[in-house]
Amino acid sequence: MLEFLQYEFIQNAVLAAILASVACGIVGVYVVVNRIVFLSDGISHAAFGGVGLGYFLGLNPIQVAIAFSVAVALGVGASSKKLGAREDTVIGVIWVLGMAVGIIFIKLTPGYVPDLFSYLFGNILTVPRSDLHIMLILDLILLLTVALLFKEFLAISFDREFAQTLRVPVSVISYILLTLVALTVVMLIRVVGVILVMALLTIPAAVSERFTKRLLQMMIGSVALSLLFTLVGLWLSYVTNLPSGATIAILAAAVFFTSLYGGR
Amino acid sequence: MPNVAVEVESVSVYFDSKCVLEDINLKVLENDFLGIIGPNGGGKTTLLKVIAGLLKPTKGSVRVYGKPPDKSEKLIGYVPQMSQPDLDFPATVWDVVLTGRLSRSKLIKPLNEADRKAALEALRAMELEGLKDEPIGKLSGGQRQRVFIARALAVEPKILLLDEPTLSVDRRLDTKFWEFLNELKSKMTIIVVTHDISALSKYVDKIACLNRRLYYNESKQITREMWMEVYQCPVDIIAHGLPHRVVEEH
Repeated sequence: MLEFLQYEFIQNAVLAAILASVACGIVGVYVVVNRIVFLSDGISHAAFGGVGLGYFLGLNPIQVAIAFSVAVALGVGASSKKLGAREDTVIGVIWVLGMAVGIIFIKLTPGYVPDLFSYLFGNILTVPRSDLHIMLILDLILLLTVALLFKEFLAISFDREFAQTLRVPVSVISYILLTLVALTVVMLIRVVGVILVMALLTIPAAVSERFTKRLLQMMIGSVALSLLFTLVGLWLSYVTNLPSGATIAILAAAVFFTSLYGGR
Repeated sequence: MPNVAVEVESVSVYFDSKCVLEDINLKVLENDFLGIIGPNGGGKTTLLKVIAGLLKPTKGSVRVYGKPPDKSEKLIGYVPQMSQPDLDFPATVWDVVLTGRLSRSKLIKPLNEADRKAALEALRAMELEGLKDEPIGKLSGGQRQRVFIARALAVEPKILLLDEPTLSVDRRLDTKFWEFLNELKSKMTIIVVTHDISALSKYVDKIACLNRRLYYNESKQITREMWMEVYQCPVDIIAHGLPHRVVEEH
């Protein structure tokens, strides 16, 4: 069973699964408890615009997508407040705009058109070493930020207004949180693709929530479940020769529905 | 002359073009125990939010111990009106009460022994030690309300703002709760918004009536005129025996 680990692309895939699981396990918890699932999905689709722009400019698409999605995350937070538009409406518009921009940039890119499919549905088996380095750096940023701001993130997630009466800078802290969501979304695009990002951002956290009663426990459970989904999903896709992103997503969804019968 | 804890000066608040508070002037002295009554939609919650610094008034100014509320740290303990909380939120009673220890200056720094001591004392004061490790979603409405009061006490505030605190505290605890507030007033200034007029008459030192405008004569008496202005209709006011009389002789 383990002989498939000897291939370098499989080793890279396993490392990518581990690095992505740390990020989505932790950030997914904040996405679920803050009810920003829709916003996160909007960011992931908008990030596709960054991927397209990256190809068009001849830069690393993932690096451009990082900048792009962080800008979108902060922009949605700020614009819905200033424009007085409903946040979910703004998200819907950004979502479509990002996808459309991405498709047009890729069409305009001269020469070889890259494999769009792998960005839409992910292909963990083609993750290059250089992306692993980016993922490692993002994980370190994320772990450090969460360690430093753990109690503030908890306070604004639970009761933003009360935190504000304590003069905790709630706006700055929620922008930092949104930035972490954007970074995580881009990492996950590599693993499961734009369309399946939500599988790993919400399902591990949602399942873990049913069995835990504190935020830190929920995070640990959620990271463990992400590891389970990505690694087992990867192995299943190797054995069955089915697309890895979709296999991971279906495995996660199956565990989610099973978990509805158990837990607190 | 005691210090002025809260000073509200010609404050008006408009939501779009709707006037919610009009030209409010209110001076609350240190260790006052002030009750605010008024009809629903009369702006009681809005006034508390203005004092807590959650809402900038359209006109006028608010001073908390001489400073604007958004500059004053660790002065205010805010107990919001019970809303529909997220019952699935993964936090224990202890986690929630500890959030009362956060502040701008605590940013990034870990909580210390003094923080845990203050939180524990707040838990004890609200008789919640036994529920310390319970998930917040597992509590009854009244228990959860006590957790929110404990969280505000954990701040060790100089001013306690309570928005309808007894709405979901069970009847049995009601009297106990007001007596507890009564003891607390030696340590801090208390402003409480409530419908519970009989409790107000027994425990509160001063009463203000609010219906867009504030009627307040720095005493415990509600005149018939104040009552008419605020509720806009003659109400049968039951004046209990003299010790708790709120309403002037009529």
